[in-house]
Amino acid sequence: MKSYASFREIQNDLQRGTISCHDLVRHYLSNIDEKAHLNVFLSVYADEALSRAKEIDHKIKTGTAGKLAGLVVGLKDVLAYKDHPLQASSKILNGFISQYNATAVQRLLDADAIIIGRQNCDEFAMGSSNENSAFGPVLNDIDNTRVPGGSSGGSAVAVMADMCQVSLGSDTGGSVRQPAAFCGVVGLKPTYSRISRFGLVAYASSFDCIGIFSKSVEDVALVLEVIAGADEFDSTVSLQPVQPYSEALHTGNTQKKRIAYIRELTSEALQPEIRENIFRVINKLKQEGNSVEEVEFPLMDYILPTYYILATAEASSNLSRFDGVRYGHRSERTTDLESMYKKSRSEGFGKEVQRRILLGTFVLSASYYDAYYTKAQKVRRIIREKTKEILKKFDFIVMPITPTTAFKIGEHTDNPLEMYLADLFSVQANVVGLPAISIPCGKDKNGLPIGLQVIADDFEELKLLQFSKYIIGLNQ
Amino acid sequence: MNPAIRDKYTVVIGLEVHAQLSTRSKIFNSDSSLFGSAPNHNVDVISLGHPGTLPKLNKRVVEFAIRMGLACKCDITRLTIFDRKNYFYPDLPKGYQLTQDRAPICKGGFIAIKTKDGERNIPLNRIHMEEDAGKSIHDDHESDSLIDLNRAGTPLIEIVTEPALRSSEEAGAVLSEIRKIVRYLEICDGNMEEGSLRCDANVSIMPKDSTLFGKKVEIKNMNSIKNVQRAIDSEVERQIREVEKGNAIISETRTFDAVTGKTAGMRTKEELNDYRYFPDPDLSPVRISDEWLAAITAQMPPLPNELFEKFISQYHIPDYDAGVLTEAKDVAMYFRSTCEHTKHFKAVSNWVMGPVKSYLNEFGVTADEFPVPPAKLAELIELVEAGQVSYTIAAQRLFPELFKNPNKSALEVARQLNLLQDSNQESLQPIIDEVIKEFPLKVEEFKKGKKGIIAMFMGEVMKRSKGKADPKIANELLTKKLKSL
Repeated sequence: MKSYASFREIQNDLQRGTISCHDLVRHYLSNIDEKAHLNVFLSVYADEALSRAKEIDHKIKTGTAGKLAGLVVGLKDVLAYKDHPLQASSKILNGFISQYNATAVQRLLDADAIIIGRQNCDEFAMGSSNENSAFGPVLNDIDNTRVPGGSSGGSAVAVMADMCQVSLGSDTGGSVRQPAAFCGVVGLKPTYSRISRFGLVAYASSFDCIGIFSKSVEDVALVLEVIAGADEFDSTVSLQPVQPYSEALHTGNTQKKRIAYIRELTSEALQPEIRENIFRVINKLKQEGNSVEEVEFPLMDYILPTYYILATAEASSNLSRFDGVRYGHRSERTTDLESMYKKSRSEGFGKEVQRRILLGTFVLSASYYDAYYTKAQKVRRIIREKTKEILKKFDFIVMPITPTTAFKIGEHTDNPLEMYLADLFSVQANVVGLPAISIPCGKDKNGLPIGLQVIADDFEELKLLQFSKYIIGLNQ
Repeated sequence: MNPAIRDKYTVVIGLEVHAQLSTRSKIFNSDSSLFGSAPNHNVDVISLGHPGTLPKLNKRVVEFAIRMGLACKCDITRLTIFDRKNYFYPDLPKGYQLTQDRAPICKGGFIAIKTKDGERNIPLNRIHMEEDAGKSIHDDHESDSLIDLNRAGTPLIEIVTEPALRSSEEAGAVLSEIRKIVRYLEICDGNMEEGSLRCDANVSIMPKDSTLFGKKVEIKNMNSIKNVQRAIDSEVERQIREVEKGNAIISETRTFDAVTGKTAGMRTKEELNDYRYFPDPDLSPVRISDEWLAAITAQMPPLPNELFEKFISQYHIPDYDAGVLTEAKDVAMYFRSTCEHTKHFKAVSNWVMGPVKSYLNEFGVTADEFPVPPAKLAELIELVEAGQVSYTIAAQRLFPELFKNPNKSALEVARQLNLLQDSNQESLQPIIDEVIKEFPLKVEEFKKGKKGIIAMFMGEVMKRSKGKADPKIANELLTKKLKSL
């Protein structure tokens, strides 16, 4: 079977009867099998997916199929799927089975999507390379010595290597957009609160977003319109109505746009090919009559510290529930309550997770709270205001998503700070809460994909998706 | 303890009172918050703190907390937030408790108390909302502890007084007033034995002339108002003895043992957690709109101290009566309703404090469930006041009959049972004549000046009239007859 570029093509073939959902699932299963060495899937729900495919084939025949009938989806191992394992790629959740569906997962199922399996990621979504998984690293399909990015590395590779049509990941500081860039696929992080977080294992609650991977902007638009919107189980979710993104995408928006790019794009620290490729797009945009201007963002240096203070603070508290008392890993070498906590958590959490819990515990401790947490909250507000100011004058901000293309496995593992610095461009959208997308933008001399990031104003997903489609058109 | 030594010190007490709110479901999910289910039955994935779950605030909890705030004249915070209090304990599923630290729902306010020294307003620091933890059950004979998470996530308000109390008597008064108010507001059953109302006391002492508070000791585990008072008294004496011996008081948490009546150290404050409070990012701040606040205010029931004042000024009953009648809302409401049907307010008070309350106690029911409606009790009182039925007959015979005859008026029942008092001279005279004829020797005694013998004649008249004789008229007729002989 051929590899489909978009779900629309799949739907056409399903309608024509040239393929069935069952064929599709078998196709993906055989790819998963063939590329097992990439270490993408932690669980594959083969039998289940096949039997569900049969049901949905029947629904298609009888004309009762839902909007996503025939869409085969993979879930990052941070999304709750009832009666299926959920462990955030961590030993601490060994043996844990979710008793409920995440709201996003429930909506996929209600629309007749087929869930094919659970995808490897950095432990508790903490990492930029997918090397922090209790199940070992995920490999980049283009070059197996390189990382796929993270934390949603498995989800990006699954789409790249045609193991499913769409993956749901999570993006707290770039965890969808960065692996999408490293793997040459589209990755959307919507506005904070656009999609219910109910059933998303929390890393940093005020940053966490469910994100969507696919090869096409159209797929992303369709899935977003299914899973976004109000939810009685998440009191922070936005009540803004969900637009019909997928349909509106085709009507297009031909108005000329005002685009800002940040001065750092000219920085020497950036891999030259990334700079060149992005400027190529910028020039095309200009040629098309859009206005493109360089802007300064003087707060750039404060973004990463703000992110790492607040995200680790929230993480330290969010991960307290993993204590070995009710579920998951409990050390067998415990002698009393305190040793049960200490040993279970020391054995269950990997090094990076422990590092972030400790950092977060420190910044929240009474004597440092104001110096770190309170100050970082203030800075976050200022960063938001300043970024929103740019978006008053411009429709979009474009910037790279990463300073380099996919790096080698093990390249940064000894230096966590170096790894954190690579998040410079991706965390701004999370700190501010804005929607941002990573779209493929050429390749470097090694054939490694380059991603272009576009950021739009709050709840401007439609505009963002239309513009992304437009840029991809320009590039072709 | 020698009062002279005791008098050298000022006692400083602050209370932290937890009231478990009687909402049907928990504070952040739809699990039942009912007491007494089988262990670990009211526990969905949210109560259990499963990965990915989020809290969703129960609006009723906010309303209940605001009711308490309005009753205590607190300032209501219009944008209130929840904070996480982080600590590890097996009965705390999320590893943090959702509570309110920086922006509690109610600030300030006071509790008005009356003690033998007079009336005082005890200032409150705050009232805040929080979730309860589960229960750990430690059995000395088992190596494992058991956890019941039914209680995890049940809603609480914590009422925190300023360190403004000066005696265990005041502490007891504050606590009974709080219990009375939460029951009036119907936000908590106020049951200390079952733990729906819990109290921790912070106790310190300082020399009489000092303005600097001593090190405070927190006392826990007191399951009645009396035990709170005992614990405070015992702790105050312990602290004074220590200071008198030249020892320093250490800031610590102590537990009260009701058997020995003494407090014992649990842990020192230095060993306590740094709770790392921070605003919960999973719950949006709660905005209390003018409309919402107005709706809650409009639904406020009358409060005990308001009724107390009203009963004295409007119904002219003694302070003592007003105090007894406002002790519980159901009784106060019954009294008030009865007073709408008669002007004999003091009689109503006597009836409610006497026969009605005895009935309620005996059958363990509330005044709302009392089978004689206020109008009918008023009618009974009117019969007595008009002299148609004697008080004794009314209380002993007519009153119980009213329960059995819900559809008949008091007068009808009295008539049916032939209980109406006889004030008719024509029917009384033959009885009097008969009695006098039967006891000639007693008549002689009367004549010789033994006036007290008339009581014996009265007794006989009443007996023969089956209690229906109007004592006043019977007495008059009897005296007249005896004197004429």
